[in-house]
Amino acid sequence: MRRARFAFTMLGFGYAFLYLPLGLVMAYSFNDSRLVTVWGGFSTRWWSALLANEAMLQAAWLSLRIALASATAAAVIGLAAGYALARARSFPGRGLFGGLVIAPMVMPEVVMGISMLLLFVGAERLLGGPDRGFLTIALAHTTFSVAFVAIVVQARLADFDRSLEEAAMDLGATPWVTFRTVTLPLIAPAVASGWLLAFTLSLDDLILTQFVAGAQSQTLPMRVYSSVRLGVDPQINVLATIVVVVAAAALVLSGWLTRRSA
Amino acid sequence: MRLVIALPFVWLGVFFLLPFALVLAIALGANAPDSVPPVELGLSPKNFALLFTDDLYLAAWLTSLRIAAVSTLAALLLGYPMAYAIARAAPARRPLLLMLVVLPFWTSFLIRIYAWMGLLDENGLLNQFLRWSGIVADPGTLLGTEWAVHLGIVYAYLPFMVLPLYATLEKLDVSLLEAAADLGARPFAAFLTITLPLSLPGIVAGCLLVFIPAVGEFVIPDLLGGTGTLMIGKVLWDEFFTNGDWPLASAVAICLLVLLAGPIALFQRQQAKGLERRT
Repeated sequence: MRRARFAFTMLGFGYAFLYLPLGLVMAYSFNDSRLVTVWGGFSTRWWSALLANEAMLQAAWLSLRIALASATAAAVIGLAAGYALARARSFPGRGLFGGLVIAPMVMPEVVMGISMLLLFVGAERLLGGPDRGFLTIALAHTTFSVAFVAIVVQARLADFDRSLEEAAMDLGATPWVTFRTVTLPLIAPAVASGWLLAFTLSLDDLILTQFVAGAQSQTLPMRVYSSVRLGVDPQINVLATIVVVVAAAALVLSGWLTRRSA
Repeated sequence: MRLVIALPFVWLGVFFLLPFALVLAIALGANAPDSVPPVELGLSPKNFALLFTDDLYLAAWLTSLRIAAVSTLAALLLGYPMAYAIARAAPARRPLLLMLVVLPFWTSFLIRIYAWMGLLDENGLLNQFLRWSGIVADPGTLLGTEWAVHLGIVYAYLPFMVLPLYATLEKLDVSLLEAAADLGARPFAAFLTITLPLSLPGIVAGCLLVFIPAVGEFVIPDLLGGTGTLMIGKVLWDEFFTNGDWPLASAVAICLLVLLAGPIALFQRQQAKGLERRT
């Protein structure tokens, strides 16, 4: 089939397109030269420089803490939202509810950023808080991550055999016991991958964060952005290498876990 | 159950819906550089009027829509054959092929765009290669042009195009194609009359997932585009952070929202339809 051969050629081209830039960045993280486009021999000097970069490490630590908090909150709220969408067929405001859950997924981030900032500024004036920083960033990240958890959970519940839940209810289990002992264990992989998605999105977010972060808080993407704006920086190549390796490892691990649990 | 519905409903109402009312309120106010926050509340439509009369803003709207549309088309032309090839690969190999498409999405957006800065620079690797190979003796700089912005958008959003396309192409009943072939249809005719129409939901979903965020994109035009590539997301950012004009930035946000309301509603309806069918 000629058509299929064309498609497979394009697939190869697509992979090259996706991975060549990342591969080059990773290779140049071992470049001795300060000029990022000239190869000056193998060196790990930028690796030591990044690992000694106090400001970068602090930003990374803040980002990790925010990601942990917001992913966990988003997993809980997203689980509730996905469950409601899949199981509650009709309730007042269901249309609005469905729209509200999905909308943050496609909302331009600059729009969400300015709107959340205005909310926090308004809250500061009316309620005297919260101070902009860790809490406001985590709240913002939670809000846009809920959609991703909800979608994964809803899709999983849609595929799932309801007779198991019905059997539990027939045998006298209360809805809560049914949910805890039957539903939750079955959709746990979906919740876990939703959590991971929320964690990654939070760790990577720049725009929303830039709007709602106060003057004191600097997350990792904010640091990277302010460094990258001035041009290519060998330390960022090192960071890129670490990020790609960690992402690949996490993806392989989660693939392996799903295959084992399936 | 009531609590299960109430928790996300209230959360999204407070942190997502309510803020838009605030944006609208601020957009109707005036810039007041000396107060904190720099806003004087009011009920004047002059910020909106400015957005529709000033050439700079009009150009930014048109540039954003054009760049987003062209990039979406380019992503479709690359993403469709990729999704098609994965859907036609041996079932055991599909998860790996799909994972290779998704993996870049799990790394950092910012870093992926950054990766192109070193490639597209005047003395970057792409130009070095072009000079060395003699294909182009004196290549210009791609960095800082609209081309670079297109490239960045396709690169960043390609997984969003491939995934929904794969989802529809994978479900496609191959026996339909065999029937068409038996009835004498050439492969290309069978593709046009069967595969393409049946994959339309995937095409629509993929295009919306690329187009909607691309219109309001900030990072890509900021890092890869030049001063000439004025996209609306960047205008909003500059009005807010550089000029400190909160009301005008809010008006831009409202307009962007109205502009994208149609595509967003279409996407939501499709999402809901797809999930309902499975329940």
